[in-house]
Amino acid sequence: MAVYGLMAEFEDPRALLHAAQLAYDSGYRKLDAYSPMPIHGLAEAIGFTRTGVSPIVLAAGVTGGISGFTLCWWMAAVAYPHIVAGRPLNSWPMWIPITFELTVLFAALSCLLGMLGLNRLPQPYHPVFNVPEFARASQDRFFLCIEATDPVFDAEGTLLFLESLHPASVAEVEP
Amino acid sequence: MKGDPVETQLTVQDPDGPVVAPGHTYESVTERIGSIVISLRTPRQWWIGAGIAFLVVNMLMTAIAWLFWRGVGIWGINVPVAWGFAIVNFVWWIGIGHAGTLISAILLLLKQDWRTSINRFAEAMTLFAVACAGMFPILHLGRPQVFYWLFPYPNTMGIWPQPRSPLVWDVFAVSTYGTVSLIFWYIGLIPDVASLRDRAPQMWKKRIFGLMAMGWRGSAKHWARYEMAYLLLGGLATPLVVSVHTVVSFDFAVSMIPGWHTTIFPPYFVAGAIYSGFAMTLTLAIPLRKFYHLEDFITMHHLQNMAKVMLATGMIVAYGYMMEAFFSYFSADKFETFMFKNRTTGPYGPFYGLLILFNILIPQSLWSKRVRSSIPALFILSLVVNTGMWLERFVIVITSLHRDFLPSSWGIYYPTKWDIMTYIGTLGFFSFAFYLFIRLLPAISMFEMRDLIDKKAGKQLVH
Repeated sequence: MAVYGLMAEFEDPRALLHAAQLAYDSGYRKLDAYSPMPIHGLAEAIGFTRTGVSPIVLAAGVTGGISGFTLCWWMAAVAYPHIVAGRPLNSWPMWIPITFELTVLFAALSCLLGMLGLNRLPQPYHPVFNVPEFARASQDRFFLCIEATDPVFDAEGTLLFLESLHPASVAEVEP
Repeated sequence: MKGDPVETQLTVQDPDGPVVAPGHTYESVTERIGSIVISLRTPRQWWIGAGIAFLVVNMLMTAIAWLFWRGVGIWGINVPVAWGFAIVNFVWWIGIGHAGTLISAILLLLKQDWRTSINRFAEAMTLFAVACAGMFPILHLGRPQVFYWLFPYPNTMGIWPQPRSPLVWDVFAVSTYGTVSLIFWYIGLIPDVASLRDRAPQMWKKRIFGLMAMGWRGSAKHWARYEMAYLLLGGLATPLVVSVHTVVSFDFAVSMIPGWHTTIFPPYFVAGAIYSGFAMTLTLAIPLRKFYHLEDFITMHHLQNMAKVMLATGMIVAYGYMMEAFFSYFSADKFETFMFKNRTTGPYGPFYGLLILFNILIPQSLWSKRVRSSIPALFILSLVVNTGMWLERFVIVITSLHRDFLPSSWGIYYPTKWDIMTYIGTLGFFSFAFYLFIRLLPAISMFEMRDLIDKKAGKQLVH
């Protein structure tokens, strides 16, 4: 493959949103939009609706809760049992604080790691950075990149399509 | 940026003024905030302030070194007051941290857009305050080198921590709180360090920021996951912040000491934490906006809102004091009744008077719009509340312990110079860490400011 894709630059978030919608409606599926801040509806416009973060966090939270409760029960009733003030060994209401804290700890760690993992970060190299204008994707410009692996991608046709969206510039992305 | 389509003219009809000054673009907010870190010369005030703070850090190191050499006998603690300054400072610092989490998490869930320009440095404040708080219980241990015995780990002694003890809950609560605060802060920083990576003029700065940004490229899919993760973290941190100070209050409330053994403690501690935390946020925000000329971003709107939160939480704290007094009367328990009489008129009575003055009477001036819109008045009030909240913890810890049940075991507590040096030292540590933070990382969240400008512009298009 000679190129990674074609990238159009926009000056306005609404222009990017509009362009992303048109590209998706024209049948492009392997595309991504880049912006310096989150834009409401942009991910949906390119057909990305399930982030996958929530199930990971739920699973981690449940694991944390079970671990916390089990830890307290095991420490107090199995590994080092001793009776304090006649209370039962498994005096479970006292386990709630640690159960809660470990639920939050596991869930919060999975928020960070789940988000990074699903985003495939850290990623030392990505072709989009080969476009010099792309440095402004983290400042004040908005980009739409249609990737060459897309079945509908066609070097000339896609270029014409992107230019019809009135972008500030269109560039080829080196692989 | 010339030709930038989003020239926002904010004319929000808000009596407290806008949350961002008018006329800012995506580029101008990024430039104003980012340039502090990557291109502007370090101001002279920074060197002077950071230099003084660094000297105070060295005083802290001296005090800690002597403490490790001689043991906790150099402090004023003894029976009956075995907790002293260490626990007073621990509770005070951890309370200060709570406002940072409140601003970043609870205001996020409530969609308060005025949080945007203060959340980053409030989160940094949380981290450094938790670091200061975390030092004290460890320094207070007779053998600090075995602090890890607090954690459950398989050991050759065959013993385990006692999960029925609030002190063990505290270990879990504070370490979870520190970790979650760090995660929240770092997640917020990722898009901003990516902006700095793409702006930095020198290669070495690009490399450092690039490593921290981990290849962030602002993809729509990344943002979608990012926003979901951030929202979930906000939802997790909100109950966490309430639980942490609740557990801290259990350290007192679960004991049988008169003046500690009350059910009002958890809500009253949480309100006090938020109260002192907002006071500290104001103490930091007012000089920060002045010296770095950030008046466009940290506007009167923010200062006034923080003042209002202080007033509201201060009233909850006042209710807590009233209930404490009422419980000691209504319980008809002679030790409780004596505790309250001793607290208000005993040897530490003047401190109680001062705390009522600082935490309840003086802050009532915030009802006046003139006081809320005067920056010097807000700054002085924030210092008054910080002092008042420290006195509150002092009064709770010391007056309850020094005269409990048997008059034969009563005593008086005096801090030594090492107590005072350690306390002042943590203030220096906190300031020094904050100086480094505002010099090395963006003190205001740049991507959220761009988002705010975009939202304001979007509103204008609709109208």
